[in-house]
Amino acid sequence: MKMFGKKRVAVVGAGLTLFRRNLKETGKELCYEATKMALDSAGLTLKDIDCVAFGSAPDAFDGIHMKGENMIDGAGGWRKPFSRVFVGGGTGVFTANAGWWHIASGLFDTCLVVAEEKMSSCYPHPAYAFTTIFDPIMDRPLGVTLIWIFALEMHRYMHRHGIKKEQIALVSVKNKRNALDHPCAQLAANITVEDVLNSEMMCWPVQRLDISPTSDGAAALVLASEDVAKKITDNPVWIDGVGWCIDSTYWTNRDLYYPDYVEYAARMAYKMAGIKNPPKEIDVAEPYDPFDYKELHHMEGLLLCKKGEAPKLTEEGVTQRDGDLPINPSGGLLGVGNPIAAAGLMKVCEIFWQLRGEAGKRQVPGDPRTGVAQAWGDLMQYGSVIVLRR
Amino acid sequence: LKDVAIVGVGCTGFRPLTPEVSYKELMFEAATRAYADANVNPRKDIDAFITCAEDYWEGHSIFDEFVPDQLGAVLKHLFTVTADGLIGLAHAYMLIRTGQFHTVVVEAHSKASDILTFTDIVAFSLDPIFNRPLGGHPYYIAGLEMTRFLHETGTTKEQCAQVVVKNRKNALANACAAYGAELTTEDVLQSEPTFYPLSHLDISPLADGCIVLVLASSHAAKKLTDTPIWIRGVGWNSDTPWLELREWGKATYAEHAANMAYKMAGIKNPRREIQFAEVDDLFSYKELQHLEALKLCRPGEAGTLTEEGATQKDGEMPVNVSGGALGMGYAPEALGLQRVLEAVLQLRGQAGRRQLSNVQTGLAQSWRGIPTATGAVAILSREVQ
Repeated sequence: MKMFGKKRVAVVGAGLTLFRRNLKETGKELCYEATKMALDSAGLTLKDIDCVAFGSAPDAFDGIHMKGENMIDGAGGWRKPFSRVFVGGGTGVFTANAGWWHIASGLFDTCLVVAEEKMSSCYPHPAYAFTTIFDPIMDRPLGVTLIWIFALEMHRYMHRHGIKKEQIALVSVKNKRNALDHPCAQLAANITVEDVLNSEMMCWPVQRLDISPTSDGAAALVLASEDVAKKITDNPVWIDGVGWCIDSTYWTNRDLYYPDYVEYAARMAYKMAGIKNPPKEIDVAEPYDPFDYKELHHMEGLLLCKKGEAPKLTEEGVTQRDGDLPINPSGGLLGVGNPIAAAGLMKVCEIFWQLRGEAGKRQVPGDPRTGVAQAWGDLMQYGSVIVLRR
Repeated sequence: LKDVAIVGVGCTGFRPLTPEVSYKELMFEAATRAYADANVNPRKDIDAFITCAEDYWEGHSIFDEFVPDQLGAVLKHLFTVTADGLIGLAHAYMLIRTGQFHTVVVEAHSKASDILTFTDIVAFSLDPIFNRPLGGHPYYIAGLEMTRFLHETGTTKEQCAQVVVKNRKNALANACAAYGAELTTEDVLQSEPTFYPLSHLDISPLADGCIVLVLASSHAAKKLTDTPIWIRGVGWNSDTPWLELREWGKATYAEHAANMAYKMAGIKNPRREIQFAEVDDLFSYKELQHLEALKLCRPGEAGTLTEEGATQKDGEMPVNVSGGALGMGYAPEALGLQRVLEAVLQLRGQAGRRQLSNVQTGLAQSWRGIPTATGAVAILSREVQ
């Protein structure tokens, strides 16, 4: 296995809160719960932690300026080197990447990675916070919303490859069903393709059941350098590749049918991990699925299949938990919920549990050794990728 | 340690108002200068980009969306650190130390003149349940802290005023400074009382501007420049976010950050091994409080040293020769890079009229402002054994 960085970095513990709309806990209480669970699972306390890498998406949700500063004590950062990274929806997976370089640089031996999102404090609906992500001169006067622009992207993707809504709806059906086995899940359900196609039309072709919910929640990981990890656990999971990439601000100037930025981020991570043939070498994947078509879009960006091929693989059952390439065995954002940054880190937690064989009823068969998690953000513009290996 | 060097700097501003340019144009200008200084093409030669920004300062959610084009980072590896530029610098330092990145760009900027409701935005950073409902301009927190600092250390308001006189005067020799002025201690003391015991002139006025730095591994640095400025140590730290639980007299965050940076740099006696310092002076007393936390003087001594002229440009420990934030202007999140920029120019011998003689090692320090207890430190040297 390829070595990189000054030190090899392992994941040795993970924690996750419930994902729900309107949790009573404050943001920092959510951080505390996830952090405590992650530390307990590794048999560590805050005294063993050298630094904290924190992630959270727009301050507009929590309504706290510099919200990272507000979360410091909940996330275990008191009197430690603490900092927050932020790349929109890509933040969750990216925070784990940031944790990696804290240790790989040789500066620290242990790092807490914490991601939090409390969307429900945004009134009357968190969707309004998303209207402030657009260029104030070019885009905002149009009254544009997130669902609009994703409807454009979804339509373009369907048109380019001749994909039917029935094929895309299968992703929602699969992920919500997978989530029935996830104890933190917000929107687990047994639904059918008809249910998706008959659900409320939001903005054609996006319907209500194509979309993940808004949620509150937090997730955490404990990372350790190789020497320290071997003392903590016999079962470390290694971070073997990290990647991220941003495309131009001017999303109106590019062809939305394919996420180049996800491919570039994936190539960066695969190069570090020495992965040459992703579909063959990757046993389980958690691509970002805030909308059902995004899972397909991102499988293609992650080079797990050819362009336009993801819907076919989904139809054939390849992406089911017992398929050849299990995709989102956790239930993803569609099933478990979408507290933005926490949802991204939840995906890294899932890969960690899958590779350790600790995913319980969600465990994919075949003793997986290599997994990838990915998140997506900004104006259809950002990809962040992490490769984990047992 | 000879791992990471600063090989390019670019600056635009600082000025009270910049109505003729957008924040994107400010960033483009500073970046263009930094890339020319380092002789790099961002599209080919830079492995990662870091922007330091907070959504509420910018008036956008997810600010990194609006960054890649003007930095030459389209389809490149860019991200945001929501912190002062000096913490962004620490991330760049770590990236290069992993061995996977040879060149990393750090950017921080301020377009504070676009902020119509500065007070309200600062108030939004207070705890929404315990502190925000108390109302008032949040700078009362600085007044309370100053009161405690003066009480614990015996420092006087006059000594704090002398920090303002010194820094505003130093700024006259700095073309990047917005607020150079010849003031007297009396001018400061008699300026309008604001948040007791702070007077109007004790507070750094806001400014617009941008700073971009290019960092490189030792391997890349040798190819790019004859005058690399080595980053010997970085440190950053946060005390509790709860106002009620802090030690108000001391800058605990700066002490911890400095300890980390000193340890990394192998500095045992900061007063002897560091020749000049650029420290946060968002409020006049902060310069003194920070000097003590950084162990550049003994506790309670900073005021007296200032009175005696030790922190003047020709003193034994020049502090904020650039003019500091009081003289250059307070640029939220770019304050730390203002300090680093000055340290680089001094160490390269490019500081013009304010050049210090024979400087080998300098310190740059920042604080994230009210209501945070987060700060960072970097130790920079011209030569490293």
